[in-house]
Amino acid sequence: MAARATESDTIAGRTAGFDAAPLLWIPAALVVVALFLYPFGYGLVLSLTPAKGDVLANYQRFFTDQRLWQTISTTLWIALPATLINVGVSIPIAFVMRHPAWYQRALTTLLVVPVTLGTVLVAEGLLTYLGPQGWFNRLLLDLHLVAAPVRLTHNYWGVLLSLVITGFPFAFLLILSYLTGIDPSLARAAATLGARPGAQFRHIYLPLLAPGLAITFCLAFVQAFSVFPSAVLLGAPAGPTRVISIAAYQAAFEDYDYSMASAIAMIMGGVQLIIVAAVLSARGFFYRGPAGGGKG
Amino acid sequence: MIGARTGNRGLERLWSSLVWGLMGFFLINVGAVIATVVVSSFGTRWFNSWLPQGFTTRWYGSAWDEFQLDYLLIVTTEVTLTVVAVSILLGVPAAYALARRDFAAKRWVLLLFLLPLLVPPITYGIPLATVLYKFHLGGTMLGVILSNLVPAVPFVVLTMTPFIEQIDPRLEAAARVFGAGTLRTFIHVLVPLLAPGMLAAALLVLVRTLALFELTFLTAGPDSQTLVVALYYSVFAAGVRATQSVDAMAVVYMVTTLFWLLIALRFVDPTQLVTRVKEQRAAR
Repeated sequence: MAARATESDTIAGRTAGFDAAPLLWIPAALVVVALFLYPFGYGLVLSLTPAKGDVLANYQRFFTDQRLWQTISTTLWIALPATLINVGVSIPIAFVMRHPAWYQRALTTLLVVPVTLGTVLVAEGLLTYLGPQGWFNRLLLDLHLVAAPVRLTHNYWGVLLSLVITGFPFAFLLILSYLTGIDPSLARAAATLGARPGAQFRHIYLPLLAPGLAITFCLAFVQAFSVFPSAVLLGAPAGPTRVISIAAYQAAFEDYDYSMASAIAMIMGGVQLIIVAAVLSARGFFYRGPAGGGKG
Repeated sequence: MIGARTGNRGLERLWSSLVWGLMGFFLINVGAVIATVVVSSFGTRWFNSWLPQGFTTRWYGSAWDEFQLDYLLIVTTEVTLTVVAVSILLGVPAAYALARRDFAAKRWVLLLFLLPLLVPPITYGIPLATVLYKFHLGGTMLGVILSNLVPAVPFVVLTMTPFIEQIDPRLEAAARVFGAGTLRTFIHVLVPLLAPGMLAAALLVLVRTLALFELTFLTAGPDSQTLVVALYYSVFAAGVRATQSVDAMAVVYMVTTLFWLLIALRFVDPTQLVTRVKEQRAAR
């Protein structure tokens, strides 16, 4: 390591003296340590020092109080379907649009809009759009598809749909960028041997895409699992959509029990970690190696 | 044999039109959601019809007064610009060190910068808010700025590292041969070369900070709210104010964000707003 450092120093034309360049990362790292790592450690310690009871009292309370532990299953029940829809629908769409064309740029530009506007605005818009007087129900009624307006706000469906609106573009853009990174000559070689697009997808693209899919799934899931604004605004935050982030928020800013809030935040991070670890270890069953073709 | 093949082709065409249809359906709905907000903000009374009874711009006036939009816009601008400036100042040198030098802890440093981008804001936001309140920074402008730095600094580091890697190190070497020190090389050689990348990173951070809800929500006090947090509170308290007034404020937020997004898109690829992981992989 030391030898390599000296080598790059000589490349940089340095003859003598102290090279400060390798230390330039320290200020930025200090910010992350002070504002990310330290709060995490502080939160962990705080969660283990409850106002009353022994070290694990907060965690014991979480896993015995039904209103608390149930938030895990409530959140999973929203986040897992949302992630499966977002990733599952993105794969075929990205596959059909994998070849560079004028519409690719146009499409990615359009899709980045809901991601940028964010969950608060999408929730605000969906409240009116999906409401009983909104355009969506109006169209369904005018087409005689339904007899009465469908209830899509202030319940489970509102939250799920808002997660699809902000989550699908995110998953699609990620998968598209992974898919366009796969060398198309691999599929062309298969095509000369008679593989139709369906077979090309199953035997060439899917195995090469697997690592990217695993990462996309994890990122999309972690985002969906930490759903907050739309669960409050579009859901039923007292009941069916009382997700874990709401429980943590209430503990901190309504009960002022920061110790309990930190414990819930730690449990939230723990559940995310478990799912991510499960997905990434499942990835081990797939092909691992370069996807760029011979010339790398 | 031939029949089966044309059948296959027909199926493929059907499949691809189905996929396009799905995409179209999605985009139409997103467009309609945005249109709903815009139409409502200009409507007088909107009940039981496709469009409001009449159109007016008075909601913007009332929203401006009710939500103190001028104050909100000032706070939002101050927070966003400070976050952009600080994250560039800290992030670009860090990216330079990571791109140009090899050191023992490099893998760990990369992981350190990757973590805040992978862990969702609400998970670390609650412990972070607790710490900020402990130091009496919770609810202040400084607290909001500090919390927004957590995702912004690593984002700049991870977008700038591959950008710096593709700049020829011999240009710096030449400057050093002619006697320029680290600082002079940085100002006269690197900064001009880095300018396009820094502009792109700054715009991306700007757009992301404008739209970042959770961290500001958890750390802001009544007079340090940004637009998106104020929008949340006004939707949360629906019924207190006219829907149209809230919608007018939503339009102001939307126009602000999309204005900067449009500028950003002139310099960056749209996927860059999403795919920081890929850049990270390319950096290795």
